[in-house]
Amino acid sequence: MIELRDVSKVYKIGEERVRALDHANLHVYPHEFVSIIGPSGSGKSTLMNIIGCLDTADDGQYLLDGTPIDDYSENELAQIRSRKIGFVFQSFNLIAKLSAEENVELPLIYQRVRKGERSRRVKEALERVGLENRAKHLPTELSGGQQQRVAIARALVTRPSLILADEPTGNLDSHTSSEILGIFKELHEQGNTIVLITHDNDIARQAKRIVHILDGRLTEVTG
Amino acid sequence: MLSLKMALRSIGANKMRAGLTMLGIIIGVLALVVLVSLVNSTTDSITSEVSSLGSSLLTVMVQDDHGAPVSLDDIQKWIDDEPSIAAISPFASDNAKGKYQRNNEDFTVYGVTGDYCAINGQKLVQGRYINLADLNNNSRVCVLDETAAKDLIGFTDCVGEEISLEGVKFKVIGVIKAEDSIASFFTSSLNAYIPYTSLVRLSTDTGTDLTTLYVGPADGYTVAQAEEALKTMLLERFDNDEDAFRLSSVNIIEEAMNKVNSALTVLLGSIAAISLIVGGIGIMNIMLVTVTERTREIGIRKAIGASHGTILVQFLIEAVMLCMMGCGLGIFFSWAILQIVSIITIDTSLSFHLQANVVMWSVLFCFLIGVIFGLYPANKAAKMKPIDALHYGG
Repeated sequence: MIELRDVSKVYKIGEERVRALDHANLHVYPHEFVSIIGPSGSGKSTLMNIIGCLDTADDGQYLLDGTPIDDYSENELAQIRSRKIGFVFQSFNLIAKLSAEENVELPLIYQRVRKGERSRRVKEALERVGLENRAKHLPTELSGGQQQRVAIARALVTRPSLILADEPTGNLDSHTSSEILGIFKELHEQGNTIVLITHDNDIARQAKRIVHILDGRLTEVTG
Repeated sequence: MLSLKMALRSIGANKMRAGLTMLGIIIGVLALVVLVSLVNSTTDSITSEVSSLGSSLLTVMVQDDHGAPVSLDDIQKWIDDEPSIAAISPFASDNAKGKYQRNNEDFTVYGVTGDYCAINGQKLVQGRYINLADLNNNSRVCVLDETAAKDLIGFTDCVGEEISLEGVKFKVIGVIKAEDSIASFFTSSLNAYIPYTSLVRLSTDTGTDLTTLYVGPADGYTVAQAEEALKTMLLERFDNDEDAFRLSSVNIIEEAMNKVNSALTVLLGSIAAISLIVGGIGIMNIMLVTVTERTREIGIRKAIGASHGTILVQFLIEAVMLCMMGCGLGIFFSWAILQIVSIITIDTSLSFHLQANVVMWSVLFCFLIGVIFGLYPANKAAKMKPIDALHYGG
């Protein structure tokens, strides 16, 4: 599913070169629930950007579903993101002007899915996160937990190969956090591949497999 | 359709700002449509008045007589021979000092024949017009128009008075109705008509060879038919040289009016175009602000699969839509203003209305401005990297 082979990424900050990823190797198999844990500045975000095809590696090889992600143009990356990856962000990142329903619909519009099919899938996704009766609400009219559930529905709706969650509970209280994690577990049980990035050990422990990241290097933690 | 809805909603989310931005376009369109419509409507009604005066007028200018100059006898023969031609008058003019007792006035003296009166639709109010005998005897007689009679002599009932033109005494034999005000608009001097042969003697510039002819078609014949017959005749006379003469059937005044009209239209149109461009810059400005404000939104959209083109089109549609809404409002206000002007000027012969081609042009222009000034901000939005955009402002 995901295969990182000696992936490196170097940022230049002024004169200094910061190695955000240092020959990182990672293998995620289909239907796995992996959490990647590391303190801030450990290269988590860079790893997530590369896995999420928001950025490309300087060195090494990244295979997503067997396809090497390498030297793609902006537009090709957008295509891959659109079809293979569902993002869930820490700050929900819903579009404030659009209702819950429309936010979920957006990725399908970008995939040019037809109207009838769209509304069917949007309804299905919202039901899955238990928000079918909040469909017409704007994000500002929803609680944090509900907003995050809309974001999860938006990630789900394209039936991606991979759901990539970046600190999905970072902005939520512990009660809502466990609710959201419950949804992720359910999704995993239904056969989705999930990569969860966090700095919180308790949250990381919810996953079947934990990978540690520190100074751009990955180490497997078996729990 | 969906992108239209999205654009509408973004515009609607910030109505005050959208309204102020559109104001530039609204004023630009207003200026363009109202000014050009006013000019066109005014000149339209003037031109239609002018053309009612005598566009059944044919003029011939002889440029190269091939050794066979046209004489007064020739034109008489043409009138007799050609059924479609009823009247031909030579035409020449010169400036002269007019004097009556102690009054001095500047005159334009026209050398014509009796036919000139009918061809140009002059209306005799006193006395008689120039006749064949006057022409044959080089008589020192003249016909004045009412304005000339009033200004020089002091009264219009002046048949039989004697005036002098360039020191030569002329007897007033007739008075015609003053030419329509449009004609006098172009010249400030007074008009006197004398036999062509007399002008030849009076003016050193005028010779016996006729170079300018006014031709009036006969009843039952169109101007075009007369023109055709005349052309055949002239070609025969001048060895089939098309460049020897020029035939025109367009009213000179009408032509001049058209020139004035198009010059004014271009002038006012460009002024309005400048204000539209200024409006377009306003749109670009606001779109740049919008793009920066919505950096995060762009990042989200890109992360969930929007391509370069999708974002570009989204912002471009927004800019074009702002422009078109401004354009629509501008046209509506122009219509309202023209309606009000029409009501105010209802007593005059002028009628003001929205002109379809001006509306079409302004719509087209607004669309172009939307595209041109929307492209840069839209491209800026589309080129944003999703990671940079996502991390913007938090």
